[in-house]
Amino acid sequence: MSTTTDHADHSEHADRSHPEHDDPAMLVDGAHVIPGEHHGTHSDAFYVQIAVVLAVITAVEVLLSYTVDGPLFLPALLILMTIKFFMVVLFFMHLKFDSKWFSFFFYAGLFLAVGVYLAFLATFKFFVSS
Amino acid sequence: MAELAIDPHAAPAAAAPEHGEHHDVHATSTGLSNNKMAMWLFLGSECLLFGGLISTYMLYRGRHPKNLGPDQIYDIPFTSVSSFVLLMSSLTMVLAVSSAHRKDLRRMDLWLTVTALLGATFVGGQVYEFTSFYREGLGYTTSLFGSSFYTLTGFHGVHVSLGIVMLMAVVGISRRGRLTGDRAEVVELVGLYWHFVDIVWILIFTLVYLIPS
Repeated sequence: MSTTTDHADHSEHADRSHPEHDDPAMLVDGAHVIPGEHHGTHSDAFYVQIAVVLAVITAVEVLLSYTVDGPLFLPALLILMTIKFFMVVLFFMHLKFDSKWFSFFFYAGLFLAVGVYLAFLATFKFFVSS
Repeated sequence: MAELAIDPHAAPAAAAPEHGEHHDVHATSTGLSNNKMAMWLFLGSECLLFGGLISTYMLYRGRHPKNLGPDQIYDIPFTSVSSFVLLMSSLTMVLAVSSAHRKDLRRMDLWLTVTALLGATFVGGQVYEFTSFYREGLGYTTSLFGSSFYTLTGFHGVHVSLGIVMLMAVVGISRRGRLTGDRAEVVELVGLYWHFVDIVWILIFTLVYLIPS
């Protein structure tokens, strides 16, 4: 994995050193990448598509909260919430395309928080149905 | 952790920019931007802050008087619209970052301003929500539910407000011509903070509002 600084990629010099950027048809995960641009910067249309998906998922969440009542309600909401969370982190925050160090710093805090507070809630018998 | 090994070719490339080129290239031992690294570390630590607030709310959400609980006072349609507004502000923010990378400062300013306006709309909605809850009888010290709810959503609201200040500061700096296209990282850093505020709300919206107590 290269940890070459992102700043260097903004300059014309850096772009010439990356011939793949000259290809206007270059695709990253199915999305068009603007030639000569920062790693992981997609076309505006790609971001609009992501936002539409996020809006649809939000609408589905709200719909579920009014219509579904059963054992699947909670897992369905939690799964949709997780999908939205990671779509923003991976695509809007560019973590999918950025240095693995940044992912490490963020996920370390995230998973530490999840672990600590799940233990905290378990200690106070939050998951025990009364 | 082999994935995280430093590229030995990265540092020299970053360490020796030609004069007049690579304005934003700094020599760092990792070859990465220190500012960006600090922002990701900060956001990682913020996960712990909001994790604590969310789990405290989860623990206390059932501790309330009969008529002043989550199921009685939440206005889901209103909060859904607020959530949609904040979600769309993430789109306008990423469009601002994209414009900054293209060195299209005019559009960058436009998208940053729209993002700030959407954020202000969200905060306005939160103020309205707090006011209506207070009028219904839910004060900060009315119950443990009220205290934990206002603390959690209030902290988030303060974060959004700080984000709006940052956005307007960047627009002001840009208008004075001090933010060139090469300095897109400044916009990117504010964008990371803004998106983080959005993902925290994604969690709050589901865990606090949609899941009944």
